[in-house]
Amino acid sequence: MSAEMEQISVVVVGHVDHGKSTLIGRLLADTNSLPQGKLEQVRTMCVRNAKPFEYAFLLDALKDEQSQGITIDTARCFFKTEKRRYIIIDAPGHIEFLKNMITGAARADAAFIVIDAEEGIKENSRRHGYMISMLGIGQVSVLVNKMDLVGYKEEIFNEIRKEYTDFLGRLNVHPANFIPISAFKGVNVASTSDRTPWYRGMTVLEQFDAFEKGDVRASLPFRFPVQDIYKFTEDGDTRRIFAGTVETGKAEMGDKIVFLPSGKRSRINTIEGFNTPGRTIVAPGEAVGFTLQTQVYVKPGELMVKAAEDQPHVSPRFRANLFWMGHAPMIKDKKYKLKLGALRAPLQLVEILNVIDASDLTSVANKQQVDRHDVAECILEAPRPVAFDLSGKIRFTGRFVIVDNYEIAGAGIVLEDIRSEDSALRRHVSDREFAWESSGISSAQRTAAYGHSAKFVVFTGDHQEKTEVLAAALEKHLFSHNFKTYYLRMANVISGLDVDIKHESEVRDEHIRRLGELARILTDSGQIFITSLSNVDDYDLKTLELLNKPNEILVINVGENHFSHYQVALTLDVQAEEVHSLEKVAALLKEKKVILEYYL
Amino acid sequence: MTHLEKLEATSVHILREAYREFKSLVMLWSIGKDSTAMLWLTRKAFFGHVPFPLVHIDTAFKIPEMIAYRDKLAREWRLNMIVGQNTQAIAEKRTFPDGKLSRLECCKVLKSEALKHTLSGDWTRFRFDHKLGKYVEDTNKEPYTGVIVGARADEEGSRSKERYFSPRDRDSEWDIGDQPPELWGQYKTDFAPGTHVRVHPLLDWTELDIWEYIGKENIPVVPLYFNRGDGKRYRSLGCWPCTAPVESTAGNVQEVIEELKTGKLANIAERSGREQDKEDSGGLETLRRGGYM
Repeated sequence: MSAEMEQISVVVVGHVDHGKSTLIGRLLADTNSLPQGKLEQVRTMCVRNAKPFEYAFLLDALKDEQSQGITIDTARCFFKTEKRRYIIIDAPGHIEFLKNMITGAARADAAFIVIDAEEGIKENSRRHGYMISMLGIGQVSVLVNKMDLVGYKEEIFNEIRKEYTDFLGRLNVHPANFIPISAFKGVNVASTSDRTPWYRGMTVLEQFDAFEKGDVRASLPFRFPVQDIYKFTEDGDTRRIFAGTVETGKAEMGDKIVFLPSGKRSRINTIEGFNTPGRTIVAPGEAVGFTLQTQVYVKPGELMVKAAEDQPHVSPRFRANLFWMGHAPMIKDKKYKLKLGALRAPLQLVEILNVIDASDLTSVANKQQVDRHDVAECILEAPRPVAFDLSGKIRFTGRFVIVDNYEIAGAGIVLEDIRSEDSALRRHVSDREFAWESSGISSAQRTAAYGHSAKFVVFTGDHQEKTEVLAAALEKHLFSHNFKTYYLRMANVISGLDVDIKHESEVRDEHIRRLGELARILTDSGQIFITSLSNVDDYDLKTLELLNKPNEILVINVGENHFSHYQVALTLDVQAEEVHSLEKVAALLKEKKVILEYYL
Repeated sequence: MTHLEKLEATSVHILREAYREFKSLVMLWSIGKDSTAMLWLTRKAFFGHVPFPLVHIDTAFKIPEMIAYRDKLAREWRLNMIVGQNTQAIAEKRTFPDGKLSRLECCKVLKSEALKHTLSGDWTRFRFDHKLGKYVEDTNKEPYTGVIVGARADEEGSRSKERYFSPRDRDSEWDIGDQPPELWGQYKTDFAPGTHVRVHPLLDWTELDIWEYIGKENIPVVPLYFNRGDGKRYRSLGCWPCTAPVESTAGNVQEVIEELKTGKLANIAERSGREQDKEDSGGLETLRRGGYM
């Protein structure tokens, strides 16, 4: 069955007009891979339009493409040899269509770089070489085309080979070979030719079969970006399924797993599928679903890994190499969106370390922004920690794209985890505190007058109603003792102060940020400021704690404790009677010296 | 993984991505083999469920067996089935079979226009009511902004230029020269309000892949695809005035696969039985710019 025949994707790149489409057209024609009538159809069209026939027209199926005579987009064609099936991707050579070239090249297992023997190595010959290296395409063959125009001279071929080998070497790309060809005349494409008696290497067709389909993914640690979590209860299905595509490694039923960055743990209970035989193991590339042995609350976007294997990095900051395709430059102090695996997070450019001109590998000094078609080494930061691998180790989870104003404007690979105490939030808090105008009344004076110190008390837990009831009860209790207190009901903030927060990806973080700032102000006033939050994670609490500085926060969890790192001050039984719970809270406030013993 | 398993995994990933990112999502179901395979892939992606509505544009010239088959599956799989139609053009007989329009114009009026207005919600949508067992006027008039379509890259030149996630502007126009990049399993899923997206989970599949998958998974398809004794079968399904059956004795999925691989159809374009493509060399592309699927 031909379905079992191996298939690999090969991209053809190179400078505009160096003959990529001609080569592919020739290859399809010479291997009888065209649908019946296609060749005649194109020939007829050429006659009708009084144009000489060109093999490139076979691919240029689009009208506006023909009028410009350049490949705008990546066209895919299929052909097969005795050995296997191929998808040939024709990538455009024009700089304006770099993002199309990248789209085509990113899915390739191997690449042909076409260079015009007459024109020699051009800007995009080099830029495409750079992209190939960054996209991690390990197998490359260089085709020196239009040899007919230079009289099939070996010296010209050798000159190009020397110069380009040197260039690629600096990018750590080592081509399998250089082949002298004439796509137009069919020299060394599907068969060897007496035009190049000095060449004894492979034809293009032979080189296709010589590429190897190397797949290292199975030998790497297990990485599973959680794309979504399904529970189709309306159809009577009670399974809670963690769905996604396995990037690397393998996992089996019963394996201990960890979700990152949240750090939550469980074990794989079942591997789910529809109309598939039951599976006990999953492998790279498979789009699957898991159920877990215990209930774990994580959001889509987390990275699921095996507890027993090498762990990914979890950090808000990293150093990366990226290339920029956006019309607007990438600048500092602007909010972008990071997409890494299944994760989506806000992202900021912290620092540009180096901008490289990809067409000659020279550094452009002191650039303050990353312009369109630039390649840059930068430091990037998300507001909260993200899970990733270094591209040198596991490139499948060490690469990302950047969205600017709805468009994928950049793509990059992670070079280093920049672990740092410094973060945008810390910088903000330190700037804010520096600028803070202190009240004429000290906090010690307020404590003495009110009989208690200021505190930010947060009730949290799965049972929203319960936490709200307790928060309200505490407010009442403290008030009845003449303490200065206020319970802020989140609904009042959301439909008031926070009503302008619209952008979906930011909603949560922005609510938390404003609440933290509000807490800073109200605790400054000496109050015991209470609120209740459901669905918060470790990171949210850390953010609140930081924003409330220099004042203190007390987190009281009601019911099951889902936090993996954050140490809550108290956990209350969700079933306990209100009065007992309240007693425990009061005891905690005494213990923490918020209220002095004799006042209660 | 086999070739089919890889294709399946990519399509499932794309379907899940679309479901995650777009609130107002529908799938176009033409009743043909491609979109039926896509519907099956949806059940794969969502573990037996189809969590969004299916839209079929009924030109009133569809082969009747197609409609019967559509409603049978809608019932059996409990699909949220939506049907749209250009009822006005049909009532006024502004069609090719009525002699008033060319084939291409007819496609535009009965398919492209009907689709556009069905998606936007400004024409009546008919929803299959599982309790009543019939179609009733749909009360939901909200526009659908994400549309999953079963286009394949090998069908025709213009389709090989598509993206998995392809933006269309407010008027469903397609800017071929400025398509978003797609790499590393990341697609354009952020859209300014008012823009639409077409999602193409089958872009990498070939006609043969589809048939092999139908065979492997035992997916029910319309019997029109098979010879039932008269030496003819449909290779591509559309409206009866513009779709001709091909000479073929293939009577089941395996025989269709054999025929495509080795038989006389191996080197003939699939849409060769579709007359509207022949009116203009860029026919399908002209239609697609105007919103044809």
